[in-house]
Amino acid sequence: MRKVVVTGLGTISALGPDAASFWKGLCDGASGIGPLEGYSGQGTSVRVAAQVRQFDAAAHFEPKRLDLLDRFSQFGLVAAREAVGDAGLDRNGSWGSQAAVVLGAGMAGKSTEDEAYRLLYAQGQQRFSPFIVPRAMANAAASQVSMEFGITGPGLTISTACAASTHAIGLAFHLVRAGLAEVALAGGSEAPFCLGSLKGWEAVRVLAPDTCRPFSRDRKGMVLGEGAGVVVLEAEERARARGAPIHAEIAGFGMSSDAGHITQPSEEGAARALEAALRDASLPPDQIGYINAHGSGTTANDLTETRAIHRVFGPHAGALAVSSTKSMHGHALGATGALELIATVLALRGRLLPPTANFLGPGDGCDLDYVPNQARESVVDAALSSSFAFGGLNAVLCVRRV
Amino acid sequence: MDQDLAQRVISVIAKTQHLDDAKITLDSRYEELGIDSLDGINILFALENEFDISIPDEAAKQIRSVRQTVEGVEKLLGNNSAAAG
Repeated sequence: MRKVVVTGLGTISALGPDAASFWKGLCDGASGIGPLEGYSGQGTSVRVAAQVRQFDAAAHFEPKRLDLLDRFSQFGLVAAREAVGDAGLDRNGSWGSQAAVVLGAGMAGKSTEDEAYRLLYAQGQQRFSPFIVPRAMANAAASQVSMEFGITGPGLTISTACAASTHAIGLAFHLVRAGLAEVALAGGSEAPFCLGSLKGWEAVRVLAPDTCRPFSRDRKGMVLGEGAGVVVLEAEERARARGAPIHAEIAGFGMSSDAGHITQPSEEGAARALEAALRDASLPPDQIGYINAHGSGTTANDLTETRAIHRVFGPHAGALAVSSTKSMHGHALGATGALELIATVLALRGRLLPPTANFLGPGDGCDLDYVPNQARESVVDAALSSSFAFGGLNAVLCVRRV
Repeated sequence: MDQDLAQRVISVIAKTQHLDDAKITLDSRYEELGIDSLDGINILFALENEFDISIPDEAAKQIRSVRQTVEGVEKLLGNNSAAAG
């Protein structure tokens, strides 16, 4: 089977407008989490969030185009543009005919719908813009990216909640590896902030009132975030032939379903996805040096994930560095897996492991090396990036340094 | 044709399409203005709000120019005032 490499990276997140600011934030252990802005007096108890601040959509898009773009599509396009530029691909090159686009989205255009429903139910408005459906549909971002770059190969949106963009990158990787595409833009985008969604998340009682402290004592839950991450995946031969920058190799991808509970995580389900990724990469567990964990900061996830890592890695678990960058970019739902995969790629390339920020000391049963609070210089040859979704749908990517 | 009405229709089209009013004349065809079918539907939505009218789906499919748009609105407003009278 041919190899697949990452030749382009693009992000927008609470840590900044691009991949450079994202990486700097991760290296500094800076948290993009702050007081929730824009919802005071609206009756939500959500206090903190990892919002993309000072984003001027008009600086990125013509007014007429912007009318058709929900914020999650805006983020997806901004990240895709950066990734394409980083990969040194022409904006309107012939590569589009050999390319695929696979993007994840969890809530997708919910805020467009939320606004329409407010007008309908609260104000009795009867006439609605014809743009609501094309803005809100889950595949809007993937479609907009395909249109922008003339990508005429396979186009997909994956919606598996918190694992969506990990699944998206994994499936795109398999498409390129199998020869169904030469290039793929893959990742995910999310802009989940609207009153209806906030009330829904609030009701699940998994959101922290202070900040996100994965694997830490006194952790109180997850913190919602937003943004997008997009990578350019490319067949290695093609990338080398055109002299493209090669950030890392995607070596494997594993998936599993818990077939258990709709919200409770499963040690067995997580372990099966980790094992599947290792098997797909043909790597033994002791070749892995770093895991960018799902690490949502909830009591249940972090303990279950720690146990799953022990189950898969045995004695080698003690030698692994495991960190959750959600402590810094927040839980960006359908975008988070892509942000974390990009963090993992940058960690291998930069020989620096991003920390778990806001760490106060290990939580009960959390006994791994979580790279607390400070980035660590370390040469790692292979790493995993894990996502375990609500609904028990799990995805793990394996990345190798080149 | 009511010129004030025509100007209001042109303003609505200009606003929804992010165009200068001055670029739009009664004789402009939608195609020339870069207005595709979805844009056309958006213009109808804006006109319904502006004039508090309801444009039937069948009538909507016929409209391809600014003049047709103004005439269509004029006709609907005439129906409204006749009904009101």
